[in-house]
Parts: sequence; structure tokens; C-alpha cells
Amino acid sequence: MTRPTDEQRRGMLVDMVTARVQAQRLWNLQRQGRVGTLAPIDGHEAAIVGAVHALDPDHDWVIPQYREPLALRRYGTEVLDRFLLYNIGHPAGGHLPAPLRVLPNQISLATQLPHAVGLAKGLTLQHDSGVVLVFFGDGSSSEGDFYEAGNFAGVLGVPVIFLCLNNQWAISTPTHLQTAAESFAAKAAAFGFPGVRVDGNDAGAVYDAVDTARDRARAGSGPTLIEATLYRLGAHTTADDPTRYVPPEDLEAARRDDPVDRLREELVALGLWDDAVNAEVEAEALDIFDDAFERACAMPLSDDAMLDHCLAEDTQRMARQRERLLADTGGAGG
Amino acid sequence: MLDAINEALHAEMARDDRIVVLGEDVARNGGVFRATEGLFEKFGEERVIDTPISEGVIAGSAVGLAMAGLVPVAEIQFLGFAYQAMHQIAGQVARLRYRTRSRFEPQITFRAPFGGGVRTPELHSDSLEGQLGNLPGLKVVAPATAADAKGLLAAAIRDPDPVVVLEPLRGYRGIRGEVPDGDHLVPLGSARTARPGDDVVVIAWSYQVELACRVSDRLAEEGLSVRVLDLRSIAPLDVAAIADAAEACGRVVVTEEAAQTGGFGGEVVATVVEEAFWSLEAPVVRVSGYDVPYPVGMLEERYIPDEDRIAAAVRRVLEVA
Repeated sequence: MTRPTDEQRRGMLVDMVTARVQAQRLWNLQRQGRVGTLAPIDGHEAAIVGAVHALDPDHDWVIPQYREPLALRRYGTEVLDRFLLYNIGHPAGGHLPAPLRVLPNQISLATQLPHAVGLAKGLTLQHDSGVVLVFFGDGSSSEGDFYEAGNFAGVLGVPVIFLCLNNQWAISTPTHLQTAAESFAAKAAAFGFPGVRVDGNDAGAVYDAVDTARDRARAGSGPTLIEATLYRLGAHTTADDPTRYVPPEDLEAARRDDPVDRLREELVALGLWDDAVNAEVEAEALDIFDDAFERACAMPLSDDAMLDHCLAEDTQRMARQRERLLADTGGAGG
Repeated sequence: MLDAINEALHAEMARDDRIVVLGEDVARNGGVFRATEGLFEKFGEERVIDTPISEGVIAGSAVGLAMAGLVPVAEIQFLGFAYQAMHQIAGQVARLRYRTRSRFEPQITFRAPFGGGVRTPELHSDSLEGQLGNLPGLKVVAPATAADAKGLLAAAIRDPDPVVVLEPLRGYRGIRGEVPDGDHLVPLGSARTARPGDDVVVIAWSYQVELACRVSDRLAEEGLSVRVLDLRSIAPLDVAAIADAAEACGRVVVTEEAAQTGGFGGEVVATVVEEAFWSLEAPVVRVSGYDVPYPVGMLEERYIPDEDRIAAAVRRVLEVA
């Protein structure tokens, strides 16, 4: 067992509280029509923050699905900047610049899992000691890519950690309609590497599981599948109405085990956190967010940005299309 | 042609140690067609990787390998099995550069045999140029000669964007020809005049070029001058070469193995009409497979356009005074 130190737990709570209040801000912006459809993080904070705190941002890679970015503060403020650009629909939102070892959101579920396997293999071939942590959900585990990636990862023995955030819901589909297996972790048996289940509302427990998996990966012993069980406290996305299908009593029970409240209460009991600290962290989180959002909205966008970065060089056709686009918009290239 | 492909793979792997070959049976067996013969012995198991039977993860792990700075050259054993990788090829590989604003260079090559004529079981002979050609961010080439098989593959591997190299199943052993020694690169997106001529142009790619050339030779005995334009590249398309050939000849036949509706030939016809309408002396004639799934062995000879069907199309386009 490698439990995080008190100082590490405090750092985790800062990130979790930050993610929670920034998510609320983002939700409000969506309701004001200022950002596009997005998937709220509520209920997933402990699992994501606990996991990335067990990583070394200079070496280890994080491959998100799409609910995670607000909780990746450990990887630097650039992640938030790019995530907000992504949410306002700016193409630069997908560009997480080097040397940041974070990939942009993945919308096509489970397709990121084969990427993780290839990336981990590539790191090994280049004698890079980094480990790849890849997030996915209970619903994604039903995709073929999950099985293909798990199988190949097992065969190759690559340094990858598959972290399943089991939030009990794939939009409206509950886990018992997703799988008849005893757990999502149990699926690792078919891949030939360990599968463990942890309480995803316990940041320390997730930290511990990822830390162990990371040691294993770095020792050349191969992948681990971790299932973090938690509960989606919000809607699937801003376009979803969970009151149509989530039993209110289940949601109520889950709220009583809110992961942010849980760690906060533990740290308050230890004298490491109080209302004043909490208020300070929330205020700073919102300042950082508002500042980043303002910068995102001010990010320039050239009239022919649409045609950039499709190929290294325009084809004959694209060059003509660019000309026509610029003529139509009366603009200048960027 | 197979030797040319094998030669290109050996030369490229020796030139650039970032290149990793992966696919089903590519290492110890040297590929089911022996295209990767000798690579495993020469470059070792780190750079020549046998994968599980798992097209999705072949394509998907290539994305990850490219992100790590490597240059994956993946084999899809038969193009028809690429349906099982299409979500990765279309949804991920083709848009990796676009969605990351070039943070990652998708220097990824897929090689896949395709096309009919060798009596394979179902799905082995499908032609997917139409589908692949409609994926922005992806390049697609289809050599018709041994020299181009070498030159286009080498160029594909060195290209910073993802390229699917379609290799004619029937051509592996059926197409023979001189192959330049040493470094030989054929630029992607450049068509080739396979036969000169000015009465009519047959536009084709891959094995259909071979057939069109035979038709051109045959009809030359009757005094007809049939040009053959080998596109070589589906994407990027050599629009200028198509326009030039159509303007010079005024009569155009487009031939392909795929089903007619939605096939890439339709795009070629549209290009002819857009670029050279006022030079046309007759409606463009298409030759293609039928609008059915690629059929089983006893039917395939009727399905694939053969010399007679191409020759008939040439005569038809010449009928209009």
C-alpha cells in the first residue's frame, strides 16, 4: 500500500475543489449559450485527481476520454486553456502543445485505448520510461476497441494503465445492461494481466492503485486494468435530462458519498483544511477559469483556419478551395 | 511487383530506424504474400511485429506509435478486412493532424492488397477507393507497375501524412517490369501517361491500367490512338493531369473495379466535367463492377471490367460524331 501523504492529499483536494467549481462555471456558460455541449465532471473528481497524482507529468502520458480535463490541473494550466478553447469550438482546443504529455478529448468511445497501446509500445521502443494512463468508461468497455486493445497490450506487455471510470451510467444505460460480467475489472482476466477494483470516491485508494500499476508497468511487468467505481452525480452531458431515468433515491444516496465532501471532511478532521482555505481555493479556481476563458474568447481565428492542418501541404484542390474560401469571406489567410 | 514492394520495405527500414512494420503474419512468416519477407530476420522483433488478428488495433496502435515519434508501416492482410479498422482509419488516423493542429505528425502507412481475379473467398477482393478517397486527411495511392509499387511505397513511408497503399492482388505476381535500383521515389498525387494517344483517353488506376494498356495496344492495330492515364494516386488527385488528358483527347473512358454507384470513378468523371467540359466531344463513359457486393469465384470474371468491356467502352465513346 502506498497511501498518499497528507501533503499530497491536500494537493488532491485543491485540484478536486477546483474542478468542482470550475465545472459549475462551465455548466453556467453552456446554459448561457457561450460554450458547446459538454460532459460534466461531477462525481468523477476523486478518481481522476487521485490517478494523475500518482503520475509524473514530465514522463507519464494521460489520455482522457472527455470528462477529465478539468481535473488534470497537475499537468499544468495549459490543459485548462486548451479545454476552454475546445469548448468554445476553437480549433486550437485540440492542440495540447509539446512537451505536454496529454492528448485532447476523445469523442469516439474506446478508440483511445488502441492509441494508448501503440503509444506505450512506442515509448518502450524509444527507451522512454514513461507510462501511459488511459481513461475510459463503463460504457466504452463494450466497444470492440476495448477488447482489441486489452488483448494486444497483454501480448506486448506494454506500460499502460487502463482506468475505467465506472460511473454506473452510459447516458441512460445502467451497468447491468452493459455487461453480465461480475465487474469491469474482471475482464482483465481475458487479457492476462491484473484487474483491480477500487472505490473511485476515495482519491487515496485510486492513487494507491495507480501507483502500484505504475510501478508494475515501469518494472516491465505490463499493463493493469483498474475499475474505479463511482456515481455520476450530474447529467451525462448538458444535452441530457437524467431525471428521466436515474432513480432519485440512488442519486440521493450517491450524493451522501460525494467524493469531494469525503476528502474535505477527512482533511478538516486532520486540521489540514477549513472554510477559509476552501473559500480561497474556490475563489482562485474561478479567477484562473475566468482569466483562461477570456483569453480563449480572444484567441484569433483566421478566415481560412478551416483548411489548416488537414495535410502537411494543401492538395491542388485544397489550394483552390482556400482561394475560394478567402474570396467568399473577403478575408486574409493566417 | 511483390519483389519491388519487399525491396522498398527493406531499403526504407535500413534508411530510417524509426520505421516499425506491424500486421498479421508479417514477421515470422514474412507476410502471407511474402511482401515482408526477410524483414524480421534483418531488423528483429522490436521493429517487425506480428499482431493478433485485430485490424482495429493494428490501425489504432499505429496512431499511438506515431504519437511516440515512430513511423509505423502497417499491413492490412486484405483490404476487405479494413472494414474492421475503418473506425480507426476514418475517425482517428485521417484526422489526427487536423484535430491536434499538427501536434502529432501522422506519418503512418498502410499497405493492403485489394481487387479481384484470384478466386479468393468472400470479402478478400473488395475495392474501397471510393470510401477511402472520401476521407480528408488521408492519402491513397494505387500503383499499376512494379516500379511505381516501389516508388509510391517509399514516398508514402516518407510522407508526413497517412497514406494507404493499395496493392493489386492480381499484380503481385502478375505484373512484371523494370524497377529502378536504389532510391526511387514517385511523388504522391502525380498521374502518369501509361500509353500516349489522342483519340480517346482511358483513365484508370491499379490493375485496370494493365488492362487498359492492352486495349490500347490492341486498338492501335486498328489505327486508333488510345491514351491511358494511370492516376497512381486517388488522393491527392492529379486534377491538372486529368484536365490535360481530357482536353487533349476530347473523349474519356473511366474504368474501375468497384461497384459503379458512389465509386471513385464518379469523382473522376466529375473532375473531367468540371475541368474540361468544353473540350468534350462525347459523353464520358464509365466501366466498372456492378452495383452488388463483390461476387464469389464463378461470377468474378464477369464482375471485373475486362479488356473486352474496356474496348467496347472506347468504341462507344468514339461513336459520337
